Amino acid sequence: MTIAQKISAEKTSEQVSRRALLTGGLAGGFLLAFHLPVRAVNEPVQPPDVTDGKFAPNAFIRIDATGHTTLVMPQVEMGQGVYTAVAMILAEELDADFSQVTLQHAPPNDKLYGNPTFGLQVTGNSNSIRAFWKPLRNAGAGARAMLVQAAAQQWQVEPATCSTANSEVTHKESGRKLSYGALALAASSQTPPKDVPLKEAKDFALIGKPLKRLDTPDKVNGKAVYGIDAMLPGMKFATLAACPVFGGKVGKVDDSAAKKIPGVQKIVLLDDLVAVVGDHMWAAKKGLDALKVTWDEGPNARISSKDIWNDLRAASEKDGVVARSEGDIAKGLATGERLDAAYELPFLAHATMEPLNATVHLTPDSCEIWTGTQIVSRVQAEAAKAAGLPVDKVIVNNHLLGGGFGRKLEPDMVVAAVRIAKEVDGPVKVVWTREEDIQHDVYRPVYRDNIAATLLDGKIVGWKYRITGSAVIARWLPPAFQKGIDIDAVDSAVDMPYDIPNIQVEYVRAEPPAVPTGFWRGVGPNNNVFAVECFMDELARKAGKDPVAFRLAMLGKNPRMQAALNLAAEKSNWGQPLPARVGRGVCVQPSFGSFIATVVEAEVDEAGEVRLRRVTSAVDTGMAVNPDTIMSQLEGGLIFSLTAALYGEITIDKGRVQQSNFHDYRMLRIDQAPKIEVHVIKSGEPPGGIGETGSTAGPPALRNAILAATGVALRRLPIDRTLIAVGKKA
Amino acid sequence: MATTLTINGEAKSFDAPADMPLLWVLRDVLGMTGTKFGCGIAQCGACTVHIDGKPVRSCMLPVGAVRDRAVTTIEGIGASAAGAKVQKAWLDLEVIQCGYCQSGQIMSAAALLAATPNPDDSDIDAAMAGNICRCGTYVRIRAAIKQAASGRQS
Repeated sequence: MTIAQKISAEKTSEQVSRRALLTGGLAGGFLLAFHLPVRAVNEPVQPPDVTDGKFAPNAFIRIDATGHTTLVMPQVEMGQGVYTAVAMILAEELDADFSQVTLQHAPPNDKLYGNPTFGLQVTGNSNSIRAFWKPLRNAGAGARAMLVQAAAQQWQVEPATCSTANSEVTHKESGRKLSYGALALAASSQTPPKDVPLKEAKDFALIGKPLKRLDTPDKVNGKAVYGIDAMLPGMKFATLAACPVFGGKVGKVDDSAAKKIPGVQKIVLLDDLVAVVGDHMWAAKKGLDALKVTWDEGPNARISSKDIWNDLRAASEKDGVVARSEGDIAKGLATGERLDAAYELPFLAHATMEPLNATVHLTPDSCEIWTGTQIVSRVQAEAAKAAGLPVDKVIVNNHLLGGGFGRKLEPDMVVAAVRIAKEVDGPVKVVWTREEDIQHDVYRPVYRDNIAATLLDGKIVGWKYRITGSAVIARWLPPAFQKGIDIDAVDSAVDMPYDIPNIQVEYVRAEPPAVPTGFWRGVGPNNNVFAVECFMDELARKAGKDPVAFRLAMLGKNPRMQAALNLAAEKSNWGQPLPARVGRGVCVQPSFGSFIATVVEAEVDEAGEVRLRRVTSAVDTGMAVNPDTIMSQLEGGLIFSLTAALYGEITIDKGRVQQSNFHDYRMLRIDQAPKIEVHVIKSGEPPGGIGETGSTAGPPALRNAILAATGVALRRLPIDRTLIAVGKKA
Repeated sequence: MATTLTINGEAKSFDAPADMPLLWVLRDVLGMTGTKFGCGIAQCGACTVHIDGKPVRSCMLPVGAVRDRAVTTIEGIGASAAGAKVQKAWLDLEVIQCGYCQSGQIMSAAALLAATPNPDDSDIDAAMAGNICRCGTYVRIRAAIKQAASGRQS
């Protein structure tokens, strides 16, 4: 654990009350079960901003006298389309002219913009829409009611005789109209009403329509500004190298050659990293390359992947903390025919396309930061500590994120940039090289899942499932780590969709030495859906059943999951003949409040190389705010996870990460991408999460397709080609 | 070294070492931040620009090697017929997610369409396989290139 991570963990425990966490349980899945005792997101800003004529009824909505409507985004845009969805929800209840809204990144302020699930400004866990659905609708409806009251007062009529549309209030009988801009000042002095009724779904004008995204027009012409694009007068540019061995320190440094590089301004030596500051990134990078650093590698220099796996396997043999228990597991496992398996998932880097960066301007009494983060308030707090300043002296300008995937749920890059900025006069932009980004990530943990199950008459009667791996929650949100159970690590395992009479789910916390671990798109469900769905196929084979039919028989109590599976099977031509060494594999998942079934069709050539032919997903995510976003998140998430299944693995040797850039940490490319069809099921249920669902769906469906194509039951990722080449057996 | 380049049709003069990659001249010297840094080793394509209409990874192109050839970046690509069609198709089909790689994707696609007005799947594979998208927008990139190509014929 780095210093930055320790600090962030302490901060979290202060910020989320234990009482709030105790109100929930595990049954609802990761983090959705608890809520802050007091929510402030729908309270008016104090005081309402009337000085320049703006109507600011709450933290999210600003309307000026010209009618210009600005919506402040509590959640960050990292590609998942949330800015558009949040704006749609606000504008729906506000009856604003959607074509005229502009968006603003929220400043750090947990009270106004905190995610109700965490009590912090966090964009993660695919819960933006789930967490903000009601607060945003209330905010929009409340603002609308104040505008209507202002108009009714002016016209001396009852508010109920007025209607709203396209940023205008209309008095129905007389046909009089007033624009929201004309009403902005008068609306500011209205008392915010309580318990404003929300629209019925049948009256939605925006929600449910595939509206165009608001963030994309500036992304086709170079105008969109990401954190890495911050440009300030007099700015310097820096790049850094941390000790390649986790936890190692800077030893001796010879900077004589580096100082001679034209454009190099300064060499910064900190205890754990070196940085070169220059007139531009090229000078900084050349300077860094010319720096001769002898590292004090410390005690971790002997750590290797082999040892980490041996430790993890040993830990997985012990009993874990029971996270779910139903029926009689001893009796269940003594009945029928038994099958045992263990599945293993590797460390993964996030490799966001935008490399880590932060721009910092530090003065003796202020610190201003430009970056893109999923945790803007935590970044502010951590930067304040690093700068030695009070929190209110730290300004954080958040930006569009060039990918997040969980990497930007950590503040370490900003803390490092502030520490470097302490040595620099004026603003400095610190940019990580791709190599530093990959070798100093906070990695998706290694996991091992041991499963034993018994079959009787073609159905599962006993199911014992043990997860062994990091407790990311224990570091990142300590109050949520209770009774030894990481509620994220067991997500989609304790609530798996199948009806099994005797079931036990256990968790063993096992932290790898030295390697920092964190959230990676798909989080706990990535691991659990993989193991559960792989094992389902092995059990179906043992029972002599078709994998879809085998699952359907155990989904009787879960009609939404069943419907998704039936639709995916139909649309994928499940059961239709395929050529030799081509197979279809299926996966179902209840994760993030959405019910998704996915079929991958893949071909394995004689050398064991895998070609993705086609992917079909059927999605019940409840009410879809923007159906096109649902589809694009599935399409992209599937590519993200199939990339990991085919190539993703970070390995450790001599205490350091062996991969460094896209040549050895490979990405799926367009010439390998399959056709993808996503079928969105119409639903009136409350919205589910979507951003991480594709990331969970791909690997088990692909692995099961490989099983169907070759008969080889792979139990590790990434896919080992040598095991599925012709003539090889696992 | 004092250098003048023609970028998006405009002469730009600046001081930079001849070995400095064009990427950093654009971003850090000229403040044209639409061209992105992704890997620094020509593996990801985020930094793609056009040199005399051909797609080039600017992270490995020394600025001294550009000489009098025309540089086009994402900020200027909309002025070309192929670039404008690609931008429109990208928005019509809502290709983009985080968008960080898309400057490079659009530059590669515009160069493809300028050279090959009716690309088939293998043309698209060949032209676009050098551009990584971590959000996984490949399905829509393929569809948008085809749409931009068909728009060109009409």
